Amino acid sequence: MSISKQPLLQIKDVCVDYVTDNGNARAVNHVSLDIHPGETVGLAGESGCGKSTLAFAISNLHNAPALISHGEILFEGRDILKMDDEQLRAFRWNETAMVFQSAMNSLNPVITIGDQLVDVVLAHKDVTPAEAYAKGEELLQVVGIHPSRMKSYPHQLSGGMRQRVVIAIALILRPKLIIMDEPTTALDVVVERDIMDELFQLKDKFGFAILFISHDLGLMGEIADRIGIMYAGKLVELGTADEILHKAQHPYTKGLVRSFPTIHGPKVRLEGIPGNPLNLLETPEGCYFQARCSLCDSECINNMPPLIQTQTEPSRLVACHKVQPTSVRVEMPA
Amino acid sequence: MTIATDLTQLSPVKTESRFMNFLKKLKDNLARYYKGNPAAIIGSAIVGTIIVACLAAPLLTDKDPNRRVARGHQPPSAELWFGSTRAGKDIFSQVLYGGRSSLTVAFTAAAIATIVSLLVGVTSGYMGGKVDEVMMAITNIVLVLPGIPLLIILAALLGEVGPVVIAMLLGFTGWAWGARVMRSQTLAIRNKEFIIAAEVMGESKWRIITVEIIPNLISLVAGGFVGTTLYAIGAQAGLEFLGLGDASVVSWGTMLYWAQSSAAFIVGAWWDFVVPGAVIALMGAGLALLNISIDQVSNPKLRTGAYIKIWKRMKADVDAKRRGAKA
Amino acid sequence: MSVQRQQDEPIIEKPSIYVEDLVIDFALDSAMFNKKYMRAVNEVSFILKAGEALAVVGESGSGKSTCARALCRLYEPTSGKIYMQDVDVNDKKNKLSQRQYAKEVQMIFQDPFGSLNTVHNIRHHLARPLKIHHPHMSGDELEQRVIELIERVGLSPAKQTADKYPHELSGGQRQRVAIARALAVGAKFILADEPISMLDVSIRLGILNLMADMKKDGIGFLYITHDIATARYFAERTAVMYVGHMVEWGNSDSVTQNPQHPYTQLLISAVPEAGIRKERKAMAKKADIPLWKPESKGCPFAERCLQVKPECSQAMPPVTQLAEDHFVRCYLYEN
Repeated sequence: MSISKQPLLQIKDVCVDYVTDNGNARAVNHVSLDIHPGETVGLAGESGCGKSTLAFAISNLHNAPALISHGEILFEGRDILKMDDEQLRAFRWNETAMVFQSAMNSLNPVITIGDQLVDVVLAHKDVTPAEAYAKGEELLQVVGIHPSRMKSYPHQLSGGMRQRVVIAIALILRPKLIIMDEPTTALDVVVERDIMDELFQLKDKFGFAILFISHDLGLMGEIADRIGIMYAGKLVELGTADEILHKAQHPYTKGLVRSFPTIHGPKVRLEGIPGNPLNLLETPEGCYFQARCSLCDSECINNMPPLIQTQTEPSRLVACHKVQPTSVRVEMPA
Repeated sequence: MTIATDLTQLSPVKTESRFMNFLKKLKDNLARYYKGNPAAIIGSAIVGTIIVACLAAPLLTDKDPNRRVARGHQPPSAELWFGSTRAGKDIFSQVLYGGRSSLTVAFTAAAIATIVSLLVGVTSGYMGGKVDEVMMAITNIVLVLPGIPLLIILAALLGEVGPVVIAMLLGFTGWAWGARVMRSQTLAIRNKEFIIAAEVMGESKWRIITVEIIPNLISLVAGGFVGTTLYAIGAQAGLEFLGLGDASVVSWGTMLYWAQSSAAFIVGAWWDFVVPGAVIALMGAGLALLNISIDQVSNPKLRTGAYIKIWKRMKADVDAKRRGAKA
Repeated sequence: MSVQRQQDEPIIEKPSIYVEDLVIDFALDSAMFNKKYMRAVNEVSFILKAGEALAVVGESGSGKSTCARALCRLYEPTSGKIYMQDVDVNDKKNKLSQRQYAKEVQMIFQDPFGSLNTVHNIRHHLARPLKIHHPHMSGDELEQRVIELIERVGLSPAKQTADKYPHELSGGQRQRVAIARALAVGAKFILADEPISMLDVSIRLGILNLMADMKKDGIGFLYITHDIATARYFAERTAVMYVGHMVEWGNSDSVTQNPQHPYTQLLISAVPEAGIRKERKAMAKKADIPLWKPESKGCPFAERCLQVKPECSQAMPPVTQLAEDHFVRCYLYEN
């Protein structure tokens, strides 16, 4: 899959703050990321790392008490954060669509899935209801559901089928970017496998880019071209799927990769990562990972490590004092 | 793994410090309740002032509310702060002493209703099955009975009813709604894993209800109590206004009754009915605010805390910068 | 009949739980006559041994959670027996053994946020079971035991943790408290129903390692999960369930490295392996998971199996022993 050079989506130094009575929690902390047309980028991390918050920011979906307080999000050169309501409406779903974790939360339980597909089409395109209905049937076939299910209600479908419907709704306007936030976490492993395989075929066929958010590194390794690792709101490592899974450099990434026992590998005692996730209202001066890192020293405690390029490829980035860069230092403001 | 056998690390279980701990926790809880919750502050102030004033009646007025102390229908003056009734009784004293009666009845009725609704609702929700069906059938019947007409008929049947009977009437007809609320909340808790864990551990059903379930319902109980008090004040005033209460007892409702029967409105003695009416309304407002504040505590999303203002200010700043940069 | 017990094996000396032909039906409606039932568990047998873990793996609807709850006596078996040290635990006449069983078999749950009561602190959560089962324990002794338990599950500083409320702890810490609570009751067997699936990935191993340490103290585990990799990591033996039936079981390595039942093969192949994009050929037909009723016959996987034979829809296949500790129920191996 050839990746064109001009990025489709450019997240530039974005910060998202949650305003609370006890102070501001910075859920996304100066994160920059590019997604190219047709590319699949994975964003991995655990609860509280900010990956879902970042996903919502891309479509400017945040409400109080969340606030996108800094940065730009450029889609094909246009800043989404500067768009007014009309432009946002035209942008959302046409250019970017989202698939959420729990299909039952995304589907309206009192409307048939056919009506929901038709609603989406009619909201964005100037076609007749009959044409919209035909489009809906076409999309259902694309995701492997018989068109007669257009008349079914969400509760009449199984979990896997509901998630397929949600994917169909996301695809129906042929967006250039689909953001998937833990789309298969709530599903059984066999159903998950079927859906991931179908997603791959759809991606090959329609050529959309995917931002795939999950905590399951193994799954992400299969579908993603590049993977970014987030911790406590900061992007701590970025690289190709192979580099992240097999040549990780950041201690957190290494710990994360080691947290997945394998089915076929050797059976050794794994340790995971000691400690607890960081409380975003009480962030330390230096590296956010210091309390859980075995390599931590005084430099780590006092100075926030910048995200720097560690190989010759500009997209291999690591934020750790203990990792030696081999080339140009690309400094991100801390 | 070393086990802590150092006894100095064990917390002292002496009664005195347990009490201090309890007081400290109470203070912390109160602080948390009032912080950023204007409804709580204003509501407590109103209700607290009225209750304290009624309790301190002998200190605030030296006039007997039942005796004639002036000419009939005197307007408010320095001598009679709220004027006098047709029979020449001091309205200010009547408000204070009458408040004692009204508030006692209201709180008693609320207490009865809350206790019954708690017992019925929680038992029904926890036991399920036949017990649930029977209790809910009874609750639904009581719920459907028209409240005020029933009260009127009962009061008329019993002749002139004193405050005690009114309190019991209101209490035993006003529990049904609360019972349903308690039941649904109990059902929600009942299937949580900590209840199953308690059952598997061998905890008795009674202890599960009192120690595990009911503490989770505290804010509902408080809200129900406040809401029922509000209802009881209005219902009692209504009954007495219609003449079904004991007209010889001074209370806010009977003050309205006497004001009406002495044609105060027609002769222009507005203070005769405005004062008790205003006090009832004020008390009602205070209770309603307390109710809102309790809701906000149990559901933080309802809060209108200071953070919203901060958020709006930050958003305006950020938007201005973006628009500036765009141009 | 029983297949795990070899014929000449002596009565097991260590404490153990033996489940024989467990059947659990649930009513689908509340009709008085002609009630319809669904069969959640169909003739399942297994042994839980002290100091060892048995993983029960399956997808939703497989009946694995129902098995665990039946073992906890939350559900009454429709038929079949559960024995603890050769005593039938559902025998209503034997009250003493029922109470003993209740003490020794405890459960921990999937949701760390639901398993603790938010209005009570940790000390209360651990002191209550101690008081119930040791009514004569004094105040100081009780406190000491609470501290010991908190430290046993790896939470420190213990005294500060005891004063905390559940919402002040993270998911992993709450799950440790749930394990401590099971120990406080006096559990010799812990039924763990998906104990780590709602925890952060980096925390999961900490909990699994804690449970592995407890195995050394003689605690037996029933580990219910949909995650086969952790089943292999933690449990010595694994059983695979599909629609209420146990289709393959035995030593974890045998079952996961050399699966024989078509369903097990499907399950193992579906697991993502770090970064390896496999070319998967279709391993099963697409069909809905059937709703099993008491009248249903045959193998539940028959509708989806690519190697289905006529006898598969007639009756449930008998047990075939493939190796010393590897059993399967499939007509492909019937000899």
